[in-house]
Amino acid sequence: MNVLDINNVTKRFGNLVAVRDVSLSVAKGELCAIIGPNGAGKTTFFNLISGFFPPTSGSITFDGRDITKLSTHQRVTLGMARTFQITEIFPELNVFENVRIAAEVAGGYRLRPWINRAEQAQIHRTVEETLKLVSLETKTDRLVGELAHGDQRAAEIAMALALKPHLLLLDEPTAGMGDQETYQITQLIRRLHRDSNYTIVLIEHDMRVVFHLADRICVLDQGRMLAQGTPKEIADNETVQAAYLGTAA
Amino acid sequence: MSAEQIRKLIVLAAIWAALLLAPYWMIPLGGYTALATRVLVLGLAAMSVNFLLGFTGVLSFGHAAYFGLGAYGAGLTLKFLAPSTPLALVAGMLLGGICGALLGTLIVRRRGVYFAMVTIAFGQVFYYIAFQWSSLTGGDDGLRGFSRQPLDFGLFKIDILSSANNFYYFVLFCFALVVAAMAFILRSPFGRTMIAIRENERRARFLGIPVERHIWIAFTLSCFFMGFAGALYALVNNFADPRGLHYSQSGDFVMMAVMGGMRSFWGPLLGAAVFVVLQDYLSSITVNWMSFVGLLFVLVVLFFPRGLLGFIQRSKA
Repeated sequence: MNVLDINNVTKRFGNLVAVRDVSLSVAKGELCAIIGPNGAGKTTFFNLISGFFPPTSGSITFDGRDITKLSTHQRVTLGMARTFQITEIFPELNVFENVRIAAEVAGGYRLRPWINRAEQAQIHRTVEETLKLVSLETKTDRLVGELAHGDQRAAEIAMALALKPHLLLLDEPTAGMGDQETYQITQLIRRLHRDSNYTIVLIEHDMRVVFHLADRICVLDQGRMLAQGTPKEIADNETVQAAYLGTAA
Repeated sequence: MSAEQIRKLIVLAAIWAALLLAPYWMIPLGGYTALATRVLVLGLAAMSVNFLLGFTGVLSFGHAAYFGLGAYGAGLTLKFLAPSTPLALVAGMLLGGICGALLGTLIVRRRGVYFAMVTIAFGQVFYYIAFQWSSLTGGDDGLRGFSRQPLDFGLFKIDILSSANNFYYFVLFCFALVVAAMAFILRSPFGRTMIAIRENERRARFLGIPVERHIWIAFTLSCFFMGFAGALYALVNNFADPRGLHYSQSGDFVMMAVMGGMRSFWGPLLGAAVFVVLQDYLSSITVNWMSFVGLLFVLVVLFFPRGLLGFIQRSKA
């Protein structure tokens, strides 16, 4: 069964058509990368999936349920988590506290004025496991705002993972990173996909990362879906080469 | 226990010891017990404002309305309903809290400057009602003709009207209850979502927190606390003043919170103490006392952006 089905989605801002009649299906366990030149509508497309704003037309189905009209937090509650191109974290809290908030919300405790010991222990376990997964277990006491860029990104991914999502949306996970950090984040995403079997949709500019990770690549250009296919099919696609890869690579 | 926890415990014990012994150390220093009572009540109000400002990250400039509603609720109860101090406190808290809950549904849709503007606007509505409805509220003269009643425990009564010390300890007891409730909420999962919203609203939303609903709850809780503080204030003065609802009073509360340190739990109490003591001392010397308090406020904001308590904590660390 598909985790995500996007059917003929269009988004207009006044006269500008940012996303034009795009359809995309993501199967369970798949890693799908969205690429395209600047201004191709990638981030708008992501915002449509995560519920930042509703599409002008078209529909979005998540786990077999129509979510087109649902708000952001409702989509998150159904199991959709995302990270941002510019890392969105709680800078003045430490790593542990950042992830704990996510774990408590996911555990259904967000309105609770108290939490008992057993529940608290469960939350602590979830947080520790998640931090181990992203290799931040030695930095739990550090303020997130004071971490290196790559670690901040890992913390943001940990918060998304603590929500136990069925779908992980990563908006340019390696943006602004050096080679070493890019390598670490790429390995992390690869582990999440291969070992933990997460379903992932990501936007990425770094073609090494994309071709290393993706099961399938979608190319957006001027708001349209130019091509979809395996990394090999995309690399061989002449239209794509002309529009994008030729100039970038 | 870690060194950090021990240090916190010592600070906490010191704060409570200072509060418990205030009637004894204030008088040799040239103060008087009623001044300490005012510090507690206005400190509680500033802490209620800060529950929202410092821990949820939204600035209300109309919180005096709920403070004033609490005062009128308590005063009207004592004057017309029943001569019971506890009932007056509950009535004041409910009046402030329920009005806050209802208006909050409209207010929380706005953010930043607009949020502050809407809170001022609603606050002023209550000010004008209290000002104009003379037959009930006493209008410009304020509500008079009531006084706090002895606490009746059946077997014995405690006089809180003529004994300043008894009244101080009664107010301290009420203060402790509300402060404990605040601390309890802030340490809970719900309290942590408030801090999440303060730190990064977008991230909070994308963790699945319905941000508006949580801000509404925080706003409503802080209005209940505020109403309670206002009810205590009516008991302090045996009088309810329409100026207690005015936005300039809201400004004073924000000033206390910011001056004391809005990121710290106890900061607003320190801010209120500085504000009230300076007011008491300077207003006997000059009518322009506010100029001096204002100057101090500007200096604190410029040089100690985390407030007086934030500065003390930083210089110790």
